[in-house]
Amino acid sequence: MTIGIVVFPGSNCDRDVRWAVEGCLGRPTRFLWHEERDLGGLDAVVLPGGFSYGDYLRCGAIASFAPVLEEVRDFAGRGGPVLGICNGFQVLTEMGLLPGALTRNRDLHFLCEPAGLQVQPGRCGWLAAYGPGERITLPIAHGEGRYQIEAEELKRLEGEGQVVLRYLRNPNGSVGDVAGLCNERGNVLGLMPHPERACDPATGGTDGRRLLEAALAAFA
Amino acid sequence: MPVFHARVQVSLRPSVLDPAGEATRAAAGRLGVHGVQRLRIGKAIELDLEAPDRATAEAQLHLLSDRLLANPVIENWTLEISEAG
Repeated sequence: MTIGIVVFPGSNCDRDVRWAVEGCLGRPTRFLWHEERDLGGLDAVVLPGGFSYGDYLRCGAIASFAPVLEEVRDFAGRGGPVLGICNGFQVLTEMGLLPGALTRNRDLHFLCEPAGLQVQPGRCGWLAAYGPGERITLPIAHGEGRYQIEAEELKRLEGEGQVVLRYLRNPNGSVGDVAGLCNERGNVLGLMPHPERACDPATGGTDGRRLLEAALAAFA
Repeated sequence: MPVFHARVQVSLRPSVLDPAGEATRAAAGRLGVHGVQRLRIGKAIELDLEAPDRATAEAQLHLLSDRLLANPVIENWTLEISEAG
């Protein structure tokens, strides 16, 4: 099983994802430059954290038109597993693969801290390892992570079981305490916390390792 | 081909919190201007577009505004067009 990691100008967690997947989980990865179109041989695609194209206009707005993402859109449409972390989550919402938008944190601070989360895996393949209501801790590191969507739409997403990760203590003002969302089919997950930064006890917890390990096993 | 000058005004939808606008409003008070009741930060994009006619220009500017310059989930936009030169 090979994992593709998209690299935009400004991505800075691409190597963290590679380290987590190759170094901790022993699975091969391939970097996908934003202008590439060949997803051949890949079993899952990760849009990593960091920035993309300077995040001009809005976070992820310009990236959502990158050539590689046209292929990622088709890949997701065929049921291929796609994970967007932090800036990757912002890109997924700008692309319309996930509903809503991510805006500036309520208190304007860049938040870099561990966040307690509650998992409601529903039909999300990426979270297959978790039981409903399980609690985990993952690091967050973002300035624009406040999830925003109209109240009715949020209710609908909750009803469909698409709100799969919630903050136990809302750090950024996200509506509904949303920290992560999946699409209807369950193959596309976007989340603000960084599982790839919690894969080794030396760097603060292994809850992220468990997430990635179980997900990759589920999709293999 | 004619060139059309456009100004796209992007503003946060009223239901969306604008913490940067709130911080700016607080700074206005520190400057001694205490009467600011509401302050919302948006952005303006100016562009010149070559198109065969006004209707085509309008259609393209609508597409640009709705799909790239603004995100309708959180933002509203308005458009002013004039023929340049």
